[in-house]
Amino acid sequence: MGTTVEGGHMIEVVNLRKNFGSLEVLRGINEHVARGEVISIVGPSGSGKSTFLRCLNLLEQPTEGQVIFEGYDLTSHGTDLDRHRQKMGMVFQHFNIFPHLTVLENVTLAPTLTGKRTKAAATDYAEELLARVGLSDKRDEHPRRLSGGQKQRLAIVRALAMDPEVMLFDEPTSALDPEMVGEVLQVIKKLVENGMTSIIVTHEMGFAREVSTRVLFMDEGLIAEQGTPQDIFDHPRNPRTVEFLSKVLR
Amino acid sequence: MFANMLPNLGKVLSRYYGLFAQGLMYTLLLSAITVLGGVVLGSLLALMRRSKYKPVSVFAVAYVEVVRGTPLLLQLYFFYFLLPELVTFVVLSKFVSICIALVFNSAAYVCEIVRAGIEAVDPGQTEAARSLGLSSRQTMRRIVLPQAVRNILPALCNEFVAVIKETSLASTFFVGDLMTQYRTISGNMFLVIEPLLVVGVIYFILTFSLSKAIAKLERHLKAAD
Repeated sequence: MGTTVEGGHMIEVVNLRKNFGSLEVLRGINEHVARGEVISIVGPSGSGKSTFLRCLNLLEQPTEGQVIFEGYDLTSHGTDLDRHRQKMGMVFQHFNIFPHLTVLENVTLAPTLTGKRTKAAATDYAEELLARVGLSDKRDEHPRRLSGGQKQRLAIVRALAMDPEVMLFDEPTSALDPEMVGEVLQVIKKLVENGMTSIIVTHEMGFAREVSTRVLFMDEGLIAEQGTPQDIFDHPRNPRTVEFLSKVLR
Repeated sequence: MFANMLPNLGKVLSRYYGLFAQGLMYTLLLSAITVLGGVVLGSLLALMRRSKYKPVSVFAVAYVEVVRGTPLLLQLYFFYFLLPELVTFVVLSKFVSICIALVFNSAAYVCEIVRAGIEAVDPGQTEAARSLGLSSRQTMRRIVLPQAVRNILPALCNEFVAVIKETSLASTFFVGDLMTQYRTISGNMFLVIEPLLVVGVIYFILTFSLSKAIAKLERHLKAAD
């Protein structure tokens, strides 16, 4: 158990700071995420986007500040992090598929190990999820035979198998060959359309504009500007946002 | 001298093949005990080294450094003379003392092999597992170790080859290994080179065939990747 904090938001971030040595990567972020929101985080590389995302499930230990998830302060000592992480699915830039397991085992491992589902139930559910992303015929393959796009779809399914409340995407298409970006974005799009709360660090501006309910522009460890996709992409007010968008939107 | 070599070799072999066989057996036994004991103790040390409790990890680091920084022969002397002093409730044969010394030595090297094998696994694997809500224990057992074994296994076999050669130092204490037999035979026959050749060939066949087997294992593990 951890400290319970009252509040209506699914995730609340209070004065989040993260230093790597003397380098200040996050310089005091206050933000909140409501259920059903689809938030894209954009910004130049080195602005702290990924670090911010990784602080949300404490893959990165914040130097200062709090991350409160469903009322539990994840940063306080004694919080059962594993239990909360089960509800926060994460998808990585480099997929991080388990290479020693089959496609199906990749999906069933966590639900069975954590006692969330029996082996049989986990297998049924995994098959259903794999079918949804078009990987049914790969269920007994080893991941080394999959393309990048297939690996990332598998990674998404692996996270979904835990029935997460929120999905964290860390540049999910940055390591993909261009022709595979579409198939992965398609899966994410379907997911958010079905109401999955999502936070997406991305360089795909078109995608961010299309699926987000809110866009955060990060610069030098702070959220420099935020708003609806229209606000950010059509009427940016911060000069840094204008400059960034002029470089990436051509 | 060289003219007599072949007949002498024949004599050495026909008269003492039993001792060579016995020496081979002891060498293999010493090596097997050393590697098995080394793997158990070395793995334990590797885990200790990764411990978040400072004194535990510092102990493991110090152990590895001291063992790797001093000659094996010195360690053998140390245990040979020290152990009987420390352990008084049973009479330790010198074979046991030497085994223990070899195990303690090998453990330091195995510790580094295991540690390197674990560290070679992509940290992203651990992150993915932890992000799914697996505990650090489950992550180590189900995700990291199965992948680390592929790095560790070939290196462990190489350690086995090294240990086979190192056990020859144990002959200093006449524990019955191949080099011990060499000393017995050369003393009996007043021949130096011929028994040495026989023992050398046996060592070489042992290590060469093992190295070949390791290379095959490595190819096999790579193909499975």
